[in-house]
Amino acid sequence: MQRHLISAADLTRDDAVLILDTAEEMARVADRPIKKLPTLRGRTVVNLFFEDSTRTRISFEAAEKRLSADVINFTAKGSSVSKGESLKDTAQTLEAMGVDAVVIRHGASGAPYRLATSGWIDAAVINAGDGTHQHPTQALLDAFTMRRRLVGRDAGIGQDLSGKRITIVGDVLHSRVARSNVDLLHTLGAEVTLVAPPTLVPVGVESWPCEISYDLDSTLSKSDAVMMLRVQRERMNAAFFPTEREYSRRYGLDGDRMAKMPEHAIVMHPGPMVRGMEITAEVADSDRCTVVEQVANGVSIRMAVLYLLLGGNEPAVTHTRTEEK
Amino acid sequence: MSKILIRGAKVLGGEPQDVLIDGAVIEAVGTGLPDEGAEVVEADGKVLLPGLVDLHTHLREPGREDSETVLTGTRAAASGGYTAVFAMANTFPVADTAGVVEQVYRLGQEHGYCDVQPIGAVTVGLEGKKLAELGAMHESAAGVTVFSDDGKCVDDAVIMRRALEYVKAFGGVVAQHAQEPRLTEGAQMNEGVVSAELGLGGWPAVAEESIIARDVLLAEHVGSRVHICHLSTAGSVEIVRWAKSRGIDVTAEVTPHHLLLTDELVRTYDPVYKVNPPLRTERDVTALREALADGTIDIVATDHAPHPHEDKDCEWAAAAMGMVGLETALSVVQQTMVETGLLDWAGVADRMSFKPARIGQAAGHGRPVSAGEPANLTLVDTAYRGAVDPAGFASRSRNTPYEGRELPGRVTHTWLRGKATLVDGKLA
Repeated sequence: MQRHLISAADLTRDDAVLILDTAEEMARVADRPIKKLPTLRGRTVVNLFFEDSTRTRISFEAAEKRLSADVINFTAKGSSVSKGESLKDTAQTLEAMGVDAVVIRHGASGAPYRLATSGWIDAAVINAGDGTHQHPTQALLDAFTMRRRLVGRDAGIGQDLSGKRITIVGDVLHSRVARSNVDLLHTLGAEVTLVAPPTLVPVGVESWPCEISYDLDSTLSKSDAVMMLRVQRERMNAAFFPTEREYSRRYGLDGDRMAKMPEHAIVMHPGPMVRGMEITAEVADSDRCTVVEQVANGVSIRMAVLYLLLGGNEPAVTHTRTEEK
Repeated sequence: MSKILIRGAKVLGGEPQDVLIDGAVIEAVGTGLPDEGAEVVEADGKVLLPGLVDLHTHLREPGREDSETVLTGTRAAASGGYTAVFAMANTFPVADTAGVVEQVYRLGQEHGYCDVQPIGAVTVGLEGKKLAELGAMHESAAGVTVFSDDGKCVDDAVIMRRALEYVKAFGGVVAQHAQEPRLTEGAQMNEGVVSAELGLGGWPAVAEESIIARDVLLAEHVGSRVHICHLSTAGSVEIVRWAKSRGIDVTAEVTPHHLLLTDELVRTYDPVYKVNPPLRTERDVTALREALADGTIDIVATDHAPHPHEDKDCEWAAAAMGMVGLETALSVVQQTMVETGLLDWAGVADRMSFKPARIGQAAGHGRPVSAGEPANLTLVDTAYRGAVDPAGFASRSRNTPYEGRELPGRVTHTWLRGKATLVDGKLA
């Protein structure tokens, strides 16, 4: 493992499988009456959020606390980008306080990379979402969810997602989730198809290791998982598509479309969902929709990442997988 | 001592000759010239060029003296072999009145390192709405002949047309920063494979090309002269080539950084590579080099854009756009154009002195190295190799993309009207 987690593209297959396997061990902690491990006792982790994201912050915080880390939440709401020196100054302040890891969410693509490589700080940097660039722990929790559902909870250990066909639908252009997932799923052997109106696909996408389609219906029957992305309503005003209804008709997932998917196929969403536009309530509330599981899995994945980056070589949990075997 | 003998210099890269300067003027060029009463500069193996002329410099004064001043900027210019620079109008206040351009011009004259020819804004406050008093700026002591809203595009087609027409009255030229504003909202880097991967807002080539296409057509329609600033894409080259073949009076410039660097460098997220127009692709770089060689692109201009450290030592999106360039321009041109065989030194003199002086009508600059001409000269040690060290820059700002990069060539001497501004690589 590297010292930082900046991009899903930085992970090798073995790194990624190790994280997923470790997350399975972490998930068992959640089933215990006392959901806590001593692994990061005495370590300080800062959640440095320049952009609002209650869900991601709480998920990281839960993971950190379950590993017994000391947690500092730093929320720099507002337009930090307009006075960019604040990232450096804030980072150095935290460094001076002896922080071991920084979990950073930032509106500017590349901010975590800058933090990790600029020499401003020594702490490990974990990217919790940067601009429209990357959100690697989201991709890991998505992969974890897919592996559990499509390969199996125990059967999945040590496995990747070879041969699985994943369709990602929606605002690819502005989506760090799509970028991260394309990178990681490709590394894990899955075949990815991006589906979006052409206005929401970035110029230059042809270099990505995936297929592109503008037609949702033709991809559904060949998908093991369909991941719906959030579409922000303001995109409509910027003429990315004519109307919300038209978007919904062409790229929304409703019951009829879900029926075209194979029996075993799942529906995913990074949340928060815009019901009625990108996904209907019928689909969102169905058994095949993994949104809630994704949230739970997020904690396990983040525990695994923190453990692997900070925990050194000690076993993650008392009963490791090898011992069980 | 008013006489200087430059001995054995390869004038414009040709056979070694002696050049005798008397006062502000070149007295003689030949072999075996007498050194009586003259300070002798041994120039064995070095190349002597006419003083370089930069049609596109940001001196930041007035308003951003923390980035650069006329003094520090002209010292940087002298270090880079320049004897004349055109100072862009996007200062605070904007150089859109006779008062501001006269101030900048006068500072250049007072400091004496390099002639400073102010560029006047096309529109009041660079706002693109109302023509600035172009005539008053031309008639001022600064004698402005080049007008530009650089930093911003004159995107309103009617305003651009009027400006092109209006400056005909006094032989001026409008230098366009070609950037369609709507197509570049939120733009952070070249739009393409790398931007898609990095998730940075794209600056598409077509945003530059569409404005150039429009402006050459406007220039043709009204019979005016238009100059395209920092052309950066292969498509722009094609449009300018077409326009020239059609007889349209268009000239174009390319920056050294667009001749050498590509958007692959943005993968570092290091804002030192953030510039407008952005670094493009290898294919664009190749097209720009070829176009400069074949004359489609007329000149090299630095777009020297100094910024203080804090404006670059931050995350990419927050960083200022621009790079300093005066002190490294000739080295980059040597590497990309001379050492690749695309241009000889006479070609470099043409693209970096003769033509920019002609486009900007810089009197006394861009003249042949021959008897009776003003002694504006630059001596280059072309055999030199060394890593760029910004600590040695004369510019107040250090935002160079070449730190630590080995570049060939070093300017050792610069003379402005016979007065040395740079001697043995040190400012006089």
